[in-house]
Amino acid sequence: MSELRGIYTLWLREVKKFVRERSRLVNAFVQPLLWLFIFGTGMKFSATVPGVNYQQFIFPGLVCQAMLFTAMFLGISVIWDREFGFLKEILVSPISRSSIFLGKMLGVSTDVMIQGIVIFPFAFLIGAQMNAVIFLLSLPVMLLITFGLVCIGLTFASLMKSFEGFGLIQTFINMPMFFLSGALFPLNNVPQWLQVVSLVNPLTYGVDALRTVMIGQSWNGIAPVSVDIAVLLVFDVVMFTVGTWAFSRTE
Amino acid sequence: MPPIIKTESLTKTFGSNTAVNGVSFEVQKGEVFGLLGPNGAGKTTLLSMLCTILKPTSGTAVINGFDIIQEGAKVRQSIGIVFQDPSVDADMTSRENLQMHADLYGVPVSEQESRIQEVLTLVQLEDRADQFLNTYSGGMRRRLEIARGLLHYPRVLFLDEPTIGLDPQSREHIWSYIRQLREREDMTLILTTHYMEEADELCDRIAIIDHGSVVALDEPSALKQAVGCEVIHLETDEPEKLQDLLMKIPEIEKVRVTGGEVRASVAHADDELPRVMEIAFKAGIRMKSVHLTRPDMNDVFMHYTGREIREEGHESMGRMAMMKRRSSR
Repeated sequence: MSELRGIYTLWLREVKKFVRERSRLVNAFVQPLLWLFIFGTGMKFSATVPGVNYQQFIFPGLVCQAMLFTAMFLGISVIWDREFGFLKEILVSPISRSSIFLGKMLGVSTDVMIQGIVIFPFAFLIGAQMNAVIFLLSLPVMLLITFGLVCIGLTFASLMKSFEGFGLIQTFINMPMFFLSGALFPLNNVPQWLQVVSLVNPLTYGVDALRTVMIGQSWNGIAPVSVDIAVLLVFDVVMFTVGTWAFSRTE
Repeated sequence: MPPIIKTESLTKTFGSNTAVNGVSFEVQKGEVFGLLGPNGAGKTTLLSMLCTILKPTSGTAVINGFDIIQEGAKVRQSIGIVFQDPSVDADMTSRENLQMHADLYGVPVSEQESRIQEVLTLVQLEDRADQFLNTYSGGMRRRLEIARGLLHYPRVLFLDEPTIGLDPQSREHIWSYIRQLREREDMTLILTTHYMEEADELCDRIAIIDHGSVVALDEPSALKQAVGCEVIHLETDEPEKLQDLLMKIPEIEKVRVTGGEVRASVAHADDELPRVMEIAFKAGIRMKSVHLTRPDMNDVFMHYTGREIREEGHESMGRMAMMKRRSSR
């Protein structure tokens, strides 16, 4: 019972901090707008996706992008907690390490979901298909994507000793995961090697599942949605285990 | 009654460096126990092991009946800690910080509000409870941390250098809270400090730590007595005459004359002073001034370690704390 209370309070802290940070919320709103209108409009005239409008095509990709970047950035906040000493206060409490990790993970995941949902109204602006059913079906898929990504961020934060390494993660994890997920261009026509690399990227399945939900029948995905979901589930379980292990080692 | 804390040859080595070397002592319930020593003596390392943050290389300790190695969670439930470095969340208000702490330590929800009010009142922060901590001064944050450490009614409260880097006024505040806590018989306080004055002022017993070992452990008065006598200083026009008279008193161990001053070494200066005055008066010796000196903790530290404790500026303290944090990564 007291463990649950501890998890709750750690969750609440993350959400409060996220919602209070005004500049982050503005950024959360404006950045996808730039991608959709500038990048999307530019690409509409140079890239063609069979059967669908390009802006409609990248919309699920941008939801995933926003979630990926937020998950990584907030996951790293463990380092801030350590830097400012607050981590010590949590670590010496009677709550177990795995509960601390879970509380933190659920909190950051909530932030990431908020970030993803913020973008949804733009669907109407660009003329992508959107209604209550699509929205509700998207949520569980987004949740599956979120958990795994957040655990990646938290794992790195547990292993890294300073904030300086964040740039490396940006370059070697964030960007490749984003570019190789099929978020910006379809993977059907790319060279074989690129396709192989994309298929080991868990985010590929997240983007694919979200696209199937949002675009519907006319989207010819890389895998059936059931396979996408299965891959995401495995991804979540593996990353959650790794993350709990990494966090438990911190002194 | 079993001691509330018992350490058994507690040792911690970092590579070839032995930070804490076979430390054994017992602390009784209700005591204010001081760990006094210079920076780098191993006080914080010792404390970190007792708080279950660091695993001992060898040896162990029992706190409130729980073993620090086997029963970490139960030990953590029994203790409160005020760290040397700040450990509050500055983006939150006082009340929110306390709320989080209450939840983490499983304080019953029905009691949380009244307990938060209670500790805020103790450290006189109730008026600013709903302000964000980034508007607080260093002293106020430290006060909040003390309040937080008390929130779950710990049996033992650890205070690691509670007044380091604080201005004299804030230090006086902290001292007054510690004195208030001393009145509570159910709580034991362990405090580390490198301020002699602080240890002398607040502690029932003091362990002097140097190079990771306990070099002396006793009540402040006993430590001071072991170091040497108290001295009666008498300024007069006829020092030699007074010296001859005082030599005849058996309680006076030594009488020296330097300049116009007679210095009489004695175990209890307060008790001997009236007699000394009477003798001088009867002999018709006129006194110009009289004062007493007692050895302080600084002399005690000198006596046991052969050197003076290093008093350092706050700036360099901060830098040391940073370096320590870096190297512990």
